[in-house]
Amino acid sequence: MNIVVTVKQVPDTWAEKKLDPSDMTTDRATVDNVLNEMDEYGVEEALLLKEAHGGEVTAVTMGPDKAVEAVRKALQMGADKGVHLCDASLHGSDALQTASALAKVIAPLNPDVVIVSSEASDARGGVVGALLAEYLGLPQLTLARKVTADPGGGTVTIERQTDNGYATVLGKLPVVVGVIEKINEPRYPSFKGIMAAKKKPLVTMTAADAGIDPGSAGPSGAYSEVDEAQPRPPKAAGQVVKDEGDGGAKLAAFLADQKLV
Amino acid sequence: MLDFQLSEEQETLRKTVEEFAREVVAPQAFASDESGEFPYEVVRQMGGMGLFGLPFPEEYGGMGGDYFALCLAIEELARADSSVAITLEAGVSLGAMPLYRFGSEEQKREWLPRLTSGQALGAFGLTEPDGGSDAGATRTRARLEDGEWVIDGSKSFITNAGTDISCLVTVTAVTGLGVGGRKEISSILVPVPHSGFRVSKKYSKVGWHASDTRELSFEDCRVPEENLLGEPGRGYANFLSILDEGRIAISALGVGLAQGCLDECVAYAKEREAFGYPIGRNQGIAFKIADMEMRAHIARLAYYAAAAKMLAGRPFKKEAAIAKLYSSESAVDNARDATQIFGGYGFMNEYAVARHWRDAKVLEIGEGTSEVQRMLIARELGL
Repeated sequence: MNIVVTVKQVPDTWAEKKLDPSDMTTDRATVDNVLNEMDEYGVEEALLLKEAHGGEVTAVTMGPDKAVEAVRKALQMGADKGVHLCDASLHGSDALQTASALAKVIAPLNPDVVIVSSEASDARGGVVGALLAEYLGLPQLTLARKVTADPGGGTVTIERQTDNGYATVLGKLPVVVGVIEKINEPRYPSFKGIMAAKKKPLVTMTAADAGIDPGSAGPSGAYSEVDEAQPRPPKAAGQVVKDEGDGGAKLAAFLADQKLV
Repeated sequence: MLDFQLSEEQETLRKTVEEFAREVVAPQAFASDESGEFPYEVVRQMGGMGLFGLPFPEEYGGMGGDYFALCLAIEELARADSSVAITLEAGVSLGAMPLYRFGSEEQKREWLPRLTSGQALGAFGLTEPDGGSDAGATRTRARLEDGEWVIDGSKSFITNAGTDISCLVTVTAVTGLGVGGRKEISSILVPVPHSGFRVSKKYSKVGWHASDTRELSFEDCRVPEENLLGEPGRGYANFLSILDEGRIAISALGVGLAQGCLDECVAYAKEREAFGYPIGRNQGIAFKIADMEMRAHIARLAYYAAAAKMLAGRPFKKEAAIAKLYSSESAVDNARDATQIFGGYGFMNEYAVARHWRDAKVLEIGEGTSEVQRMLIARELGL
C-alpha cells in the first residue's frame, strides 16, 4: 500500500505557547520544537499498515526550514520517504491554505491511504485533516481508534470513537483516515532507524514546485485572520464538593456532567 | 582542538532515550523500587529500541553503533532509574560483550542475536563469596570429564542471572594449574536454566532494587566441552579487558545519576519556598547545586574522553579508571547533597533523590571498587 502520513512540527507540548505579536502567527523561535505528539500515532499507524500489508510510507510536512525535523523523526521511526514543503510565502497560511497546499503535494503521490492525526497541539484547530480530504476529493474516516485495511478488497475499516462507544465505518480506497491517540503506542526510533534515516530520500519542495499559486499563499490570501489575542486567563478555582453522605453521588454527577464518565 | 559536541545521530539517540526515560522509565521507578520486581516491560521496550544491540554489528542483530552510543543510553536511563540502567549495562558489557569479543563464530551466531535484541539476558559470573578483585582467590572449579566441563562452586552479586528471560551465564572457573602453580582460569558458557545450576533468591540490597542480583551455585553442573569461551587459561585476563571498557559504562551510569539528582534539585529549588521565597535564592542551596552541576559536567567529560581514546584504539585503562572513580564519587556526592536540599522529603522513598541516594553507593563498589581504581591509576603512573 502506498501510505502518506502528514506530520507537523510544533512548539514542545510543555512549552508556553505564544503568538508572535508582529504577525499573530505561532512563535516558533523562542521555544523547543518537536514532532506533534498526535502525529506520532499517525506515523505509528502508517508503519503498522505497511508492516501488515507491505508498501511504502511517505511523511509529508509543510513548514519553515526547521520543520524538516518532524519529517526526519518520522523517517527515524521507519517511514521510507519524506517531503518537506518549505517556502517563505507559505508563512502565515491558515487551515484552508495549509490543507490546499498539502493536497497539492499529496495528490501526485497517488496514495491509497492518507493518515492524519486529529489535531496539532499548537493551533488545535483539528480541521486540516477534513479539509485535506475535501481538497483531495477523498472520503474521510475520522476519529479512528482502530484501523484494518483490506487492500485486496480495496477497503479500510475503522472503529470510530464516539461519546458512548464506537461505530464501525468502512471506506473505499483511496481514503483519508484520521486517528486518535487511543489507536496505538508509538515506537521510539532505534539507533539503526536513526542511522538509516540519514540515507532515506527527503525532498524539499517550494510553493512553485508544488504548483501553488503565489497569489493565494500567505496571510494576504488567507480565508481567516487573527486580529488580536489574549493570554490564557489564570486557572479558575475548582468546585468543592462537600461530602454530606452523598459525596460519591455528587462527584459522579459532576463527572457525568463533564462527560467524563 | 578537542570537540566534545555530539554528532547529530548521537544527539538524536541521546534525546530519544531521554524521552523514553522520562515517559516510560521514570513513571515506574518508584513502584519497582518498592516491590523489587524486575521491570520486564521496560526491558522489552528497550529491546525494541535496539538498546541492547547498540555496540554490536548488524550481522549479530546489533544496531551497528559503538560503545559510546551505549554509554549515552546508559547515562540517560540512569537519570531516571539506576536499576534499569544497570540492567542494560550488565546485559551488554557483561552479558553479550565477552561473547562478541572472545566467542567462536558459532557461539556468536547461537547467542548474540537473542542478547542483542534484548529478548534474553546474559550474565557474567566472576565475583565469589570469598573475593572479587583477587583472581587468585577464585574457588569455582571446572574439570573436563568425558567431553564435558563439570563445574562446581559459587558466585556472588551476579546481575541478570535469575530473571525469566535470563538465558546464559558465563562463568570463570579454575580449569588447571599453570606455570609456577598459578591457577589457570577459563570462561565457560552455561545455558540457563541448567541442571546443577541454581540461583538464590534475590538479595535484599540497599539500592538497585529492581535490578536482578543473585548468588549462583554450580554443583556437578555439566556443559559440553565446546562451551569454553575463548582460550583456556585466558578467562581472567579476558575478563579484565572487558572490565576496562565496562568502567566507562559504569561512569556513564554515575553521570546519569549525578545529573538526575541535579535535575531534581534545580526544579525543587525554584519551586520550594521557605521564608517567603524560593530556597534556590539562598546561596547555601544555590552553591550546593552549582557544585553538583560542576561534578556532573566534569564526570561526563571524563567518560567522553575515556570513550574517545578507547574508540580510537588507544590505551585507555587510566582514563577509564579515572572516569569510573570520579563519576561514582560524584554520584554519591550529588545524591548526598540532593537529599539534603530536599530536607525531610529527601528521606522519603517516593522522592527520586532518596532512591538515587540509595542507588549511588554501589557505584563506588561494583565493577572495581574506588580503591581498585586508585590502585590502577597509581600503577599507570609507575607507582
